[in-house]
Amino acid sequence: MDSKQLYQEVILDHNKKPRNWGRLADASHNAEGLNPLCGDHIWVSLKLDGDRVGGITFEGESCAICKASSSMMTTNVKGKTVAEAEQLIQEFRDMATGKLEPSAQPNHLGRLTVFSGVRDLPSRVKCAILPWHTLHAALNSETTVSTEGDRDPVALAGN
Amino acid sequence: MTQTGSALQAVRAAGEYDVERIRADFPILDLQVNGKPLVFLDNAASSQMPQVVIDRLVQYQTAEHANIHRGVHYLSETATLAYEGARRKVQRFINAKEEREVIYTRGTTDAINLVMQGYGRAFLGEGDEIIVSQLEHHSNIVPWQMLCEEKGTKLRVIPCNDAGELLLDEYAKLFSDRTKFVAITHVSNALGTINPVREMIATAHSHGVPVLVDGAQAVPHMKVDVQDLDCDFYAFSGHKMCGPTGIGILYGKAKLLEKMKPYQGGGDMILSVTFEKTTYNVIPHKFEAGTPPIAAGIGLGATIDYLESIGIDRIAAHEHELLEYATDAFKTLKGVRIVGTAKNKAAVLSFVVQGVHPHDVGTILNEDGVAVRTGHHCAQPVMQRFGIPATARASFYLYNTMQEVDALVAGIRRVQKIFG
Repeated sequence: MDSKQLYQEVILDHNKKPRNWGRLADASHNAEGLNPLCGDHIWVSLKLDGDRVGGITFEGESCAICKASSSMMTTNVKGKTVAEAEQLIQEFRDMATGKLEPSAQPNHLGRLTVFSGVRDLPSRVKCAILPWHTLHAALNSETTVSTEGDRDPVALAGN
Repeated sequence: MTQTGSALQAVRAAGEYDVERIRADFPILDLQVNGKPLVFLDNAASSQMPQVVIDRLVQYQTAEHANIHRGVHYLSETATLAYEGARRKVQRFINAKEEREVIYTRGTTDAINLVMQGYGRAFLGEGDEIIVSQLEHHSNIVPWQMLCEEKGTKLRVIPCNDAGELLLDEYAKLFSDRTKFVAITHVSNALGTINPVREMIATAHSHGVPVLVDGAQAVPHMKVDVQDLDCDFYAFSGHKMCGPTGIGILYGKAKLLEKMKPYQGGGDMILSVTFEKTTYNVIPHKFEAGTPPIAAGIGLGATIDYLESIGIDRIAAHEHELLEYATDAFKTLKGVRIVGTAKNKAAVLSFVVQGVHPHDVGTILNEDGVAVRTGHHCAQPVMQRFGIPATARASFYLYNTMQEVDALVAGIRRVQKIFG
């Protein structure tokens, strides 16, 4: 695939000016996500208001794909119920790993489909998925996740 | 760098280095990637194979294959002759004193683990110290850490300066009565630094301490003479020198190998077996249990023939010219920093582009058909030393050209434009 397709304006913009950057002082859930393969390292913190994601932020060091994915994730899940967020997590993972074709199958991904190109770049899939993986961990009160762990959703080889 | 100076003279004496003719030996270099000619600059990770070596593998599988050291039949003897012949080529190539000092392994990592298991576990104990350097690949750190966990030995680390050069004064200070082993890399895979291993080995020997040298990034690119270095162990891999994967070499001094324990048990490493007592085979076979990668070993022999037909000094000189050309070209790039600026350096260019993660650099360069390695290069302590999570790394070999350096530089400009 062409990098112009992957590094679209919206991704470059979120990379340059990440939304919801930082850590929530009154977070109810936190998780740390690590991609040892490339060194992506992020923290997601969120505050649940009842069953809804009242606030969500992220920070860390990562590549553009991971940072933009994190940023767009926060803007997308804010205000959603936990069940809706979990559904979006699943859909995003399925899109990134090629199990879901957003143009042909029903989904709630909206602008997040700009990341669909990563499925053609196996070494970059984890960069896009890491924030979603970390959000899932936070919602389930796990504190850390690693893309190299047992729960690795894409199980790619590499050192 | 005297080595390069004399090598350059050798090149001039031997006539022009015809890189296009060398490229024609490598069929994979004709590939198009994303509609662009492949520019393969990931040679420090693994290098490409010339047609003569591919042909040798095919010839072996077509007309020479059987198990070695076993049968009295034609094919077994043919295979054994070719495999042992390749061992002699390796011996000559690195100037080992004796053929039996050359042990076939799966690669550098396997060779280092063999020494950890066979020497470390037998002769090192609680409170003993092993000296490694800040520049080591994980494969020359983790085996020793495993030994530390098991035996209570301790690691001491030689620091480096901001150029990526080891601090030899600090190295000398690390020695004490507790120092029992030194494991250092000849050439840093992440930065390209060529360490003064000959001098470092002499320092260790003055304290009566044996030295293992990780030569994975050295043997493919420069003349290595293990007797001149006086190293006790020297490890390297076939696939980084245009040979097959799955084969590597451990050189060891015979007197050390003889007193070491076998690494693995099995066939071929024994003289006799009863349920009461097993007698181990002599070196090198003591360390070569089971059926080895015979084709890969023979392929390694053919690879050595190929490299020698060009001349390792001429290859070194060509790479040095590429490195100088690339280093100068990088100076014209604003916001690009070379990581690793040792005076004595192999043709490795690790770099970071300001504001762009190396993985994004690598993905965009791939669009131009340019293959570089991105990440921590299995050398996380090096990255920690320089305070960066990762770099992009271009590493050159005998078939790379100035035009390919130009393609790399143009690709980096495109990265900067996209992320502008």
